[in-house]
Amino acid sequence: MVKLKNVFKAYNQRKVIEDVSLDIEKGTITSFIGPNGAGKSTLVSMISRLISKDDGAITIDGKDIMQTKNNEMAKKISILKQTNAVNLKLTIRELVSFGRFPYSQGRLTKVDEEKIDEAIDYMELRDIQDKYLDELSGGQRQRAHIAMVIAQDTEYILLDEPLNNLDMRHSVQIMKTLRNLVNEMGKTILLVIHDINFASCYSDHIVALKDGKIVKQGRTCDVIDQCVLKDIYDMDIDIKEIDERKICVYF
Amino acid sequence: MKIWHLVTLLILFSFTSVFLGVTDLSPKHIFNLSETQQQVLLTSRLPRLISILVAGASMSIVGLIMQQLSRNRFVSPTTAGTMDAARLGILVSLMLFTAASPLLQMTISFVFALLGTLIFMKILEKVKFKDAIFIPLIGLMFGNIISSISTFIAYQNDLVQNMSSWMQGDFSMIMSGTYELMLVSIPILILAYIFANKFTIAGMGEDFAKNLGLNYRQVVNIGLVISALVTASVVLTVGVIPFLGLIIPNIVAIYQGDHLKRTLLHTALLGAVFVLFCDIIGRIVIYPYEIPISLTVGVIGSAVFIFLLLRRRKYGL
Repeated sequence: MVKLKNVFKAYNQRKVIEDVSLDIEKGTITSFIGPNGAGKSTLVSMISRLISKDDGAITIDGKDIMQTKNNEMAKKISILKQTNAVNLKLTIRELVSFGRFPYSQGRLTKVDEEKIDEAIDYMELRDIQDKYLDELSGGQRQRAHIAMVIAQDTEYILLDEPLNNLDMRHSVQIMKTLRNLVNEMGKTILLVIHDINFASCYSDHIVALKDGKIVKQGRTCDVIDQCVLKDIYDMDIDIKEIDERKICVYF
Repeated sequence: MKIWHLVTLLILFSFTSVFLGVTDLSPKHIFNLSETQQQVLLTSRLPRLISILVAGASMSIVGLIMQQLSRNRFVSPTTAGTMDAARLGILVSLMLFTAASPLLQMTISFVFALLGTLIFMKILEKVKFKDAIFIPLIGLMFGNIISSISTFIAYQNDLVQNMSSWMQGDFSMIMSGTYELMLVSIPILILAYIFANKFTIAGMGEDFAKNLGLNYRQVVNIGLVISALVTASVVLTVGVIPFLGLIIPNIVAIYQGDHLKRTLLHTALLGAVFVLFCDIIGRIVIYPYEIPISLTVGVIGSAVFIFLLLRRRKYGL
């Protein structure tokens, strides 16, 4: 379980996260939604210890994330940020192999190789595993990075806007994969996502943020609500139920 | 290019290098050396060969490490002020301790090289406009500023002539007794190989490295220390060899990718082969005189560099 207690964060006196407390259950997908600058990415970066918090406590399975060894944490929680940042010429397989770094420090064992194969197969990258990342389409590159996270084999997976720059087909493909990771492998996934319909259709819980504070958190069906969304986005959003899914119409 | 291609070239050029020179020495003499020949071989030819191999391999690898850590393909000891800072260090050591031992000179030069590189990295962090070409240009300017400080101090202290010996890389002065210091590069390069995976991960960015539980700062610092140490030892013994750390890693990246585990050996071999080749050319062109290595490497290297710049889109650099 991921627990946040009274977490604060400010950049140059400008508060970006104010008094956030939050419990995230195991085996669920939790989406963080909210307008630009709400603090979603900051929050996820703090949970994955990429940036430090100013005040409060963040624990994962009862362990304080800052007190635990880097290497131990890297086996427990992984984060994937925007993936177009990598500018090295690496093959898919080399990238996925890095996922095993916390376990093997670069000297891959047989178990590591198996895990890498599994991850590559899971993301259906076998045929192109020796291609360089810069030769791939956006969707393939995203899948390669997710394969790396699968190889890292952490209980908790954080993704910061995983659908950025992806078309509908690839977006759905990625979200279905994430759903499967939760259902089949029992992972716990935290997402920062902009498209509230993707959040509505694929997540178990939603945390809605605005100006660094939690506006509403709870089960997806409770957060996808006209009044709540009005509060978050200052927009009148019509909600239609189609095949037991709540779809927001905001155009 | 396969590893054995490089090894073959390396052996071929090494033989050429050993048997090339004013004193007559050819392979048929090898088991029947006269005293002069033996002396030439042991005090001049072999030390020269070894220093060429070490300088070529180590400067190329330093370039590779610097490129990964700065996440820019055109950063190298030449384009980050490292070489100029190392030279300033030597000058300072000459002024402070007139009879400084080579080891002390190297230590001071190393400290300066490290400081210079650190300052450049700090500038990199502050620069908003991260264009691949713009960054090395800043580095060149930074290097020239350091260089002009050196020249100014040298003029004031009548040390200009001493300075110029480190300005130009030159293997013709290499003899046993003067090059051994350079051998410190070898264990450092082994260290680089051990850290190869970590350098590549650090090259993927700080967030990426932290996610995998890597101590990013520590790895970057180790990389910079390695770079400064190797640069200082080469500048002190051979002098400045431009472009090497810039072009060799990029050529290797074209056919071998960027994973350090896969590229380190290629880079070392290609660097050594390239310098050997340039040295042989320099010794042949105006035989029996010779052209300093910095000139031959500079001419050939800058041509290759321009070619790489123009074609980099095609090669995915």
